[in-house]
Amino acid sequence: MQSMRDPIQLPNGPGAAAILAAGIGSGALGVFAFAADAFRAVGRAFVIWPPSGPLSGVTLAAIVVWLVAWFGLSRLWASRDVSLARVNVAAFAMLIVGLLLTFPPFADLLRGR
Amino acid sequence: MEISFRDLITVLHGMGFGALFMLAFSGAIGVIYATAVAGSQWAVPRGTATMFRFYLISMATLSWLAVLSGAYIIYPWYRAVAPAGTTDLSGYPRQLLLSSPLTAGWHELGMEWKEHIAWFTPIAMTMVAYVFIKYGPQLALHRQMRNAVLGFTAVAFFATAVAGGFGAFLNKYAPVRGGHEIILYTQH
Repeated sequence: MQSMRDPIQLPNGPGAAAILAAGIGSGALGVFAFAADAFRAVGRAFVIWPPSGPLSGVTLAAIVVWLVAWFGLSRLWASRDVSLARVNVAAFAMLIVGLLLTFPPFADLLRGR
Repeated sequence: MEISFRDLITVLHGMGFGALFMLAFSGAIGVIYATAVAGSQWAVPRGTATMFRFYLISMATLSWLAVLSGAYIIYPWYRAVAPAGTTDLSGYPRQLLLSSPLTAGWHELGMEWKEHIAWFTPIAMTMVAYVFIKYGPQLALHRQMRNAVLGFTAVAFFATAVAGGFGAFLNKYAPVRGGHEIILYTQH
């Protein structure tokens, strides 16, 4: 019987990179969604595929930011151990920002509506 | 018994991808938690380990299929603009909802929230699947990483619940209908 166990302990860098990148992507999603709704010019710029409107550009841009961040951090932390506590705080802070900015009542409040 | 093409795609989006994804959640949390708690003491057969990986990859895939089908197939039908002078807005769900103050909130809160919050799920679940596959039982040695994985999984559950819940209500008040009719069953 083979097992999932691995005698060599992996550095936490690759996992931390994935976690922080997910936070960055989530934060970017919120910022882009807010900007597209708050500023007409930004909203128009995000219309990459007209049938879906600004949503197409907002989500595509967030995914690009997420993947680029993941790629960069993965290379940077490939064989390193980093402070996961700080990574988690940063990732969840950006996740919360993203969630708040995509919640319409909160976004309306920021826009003064 | 028949169903319109758009109804069928909407059902596939909501029930085929979204609901199946929701059903898989408890299993995912169980797998991650059990693996992490047992740690290196837990020797599982290769087949079981492969199944765990397949399970999380399937969840991530379902979440991507749900948001992509929603944003690029159904949403354009939802936000289609009616030609000037159209009085029957049943084929234009967004305008139908906005035509009455009693239903406008379903768009202004429901759809506006749903269309964005759903995208947190595939980002989170892709990360969760990657971390689980990369570390497996070693998650037990990285408590902070395990906490992050479970936290993002919980947020993905919340995001999917919001998107799915509003999706169900939106489809009740302003269903996305149209396209050719598909006959599913004929009574003789």
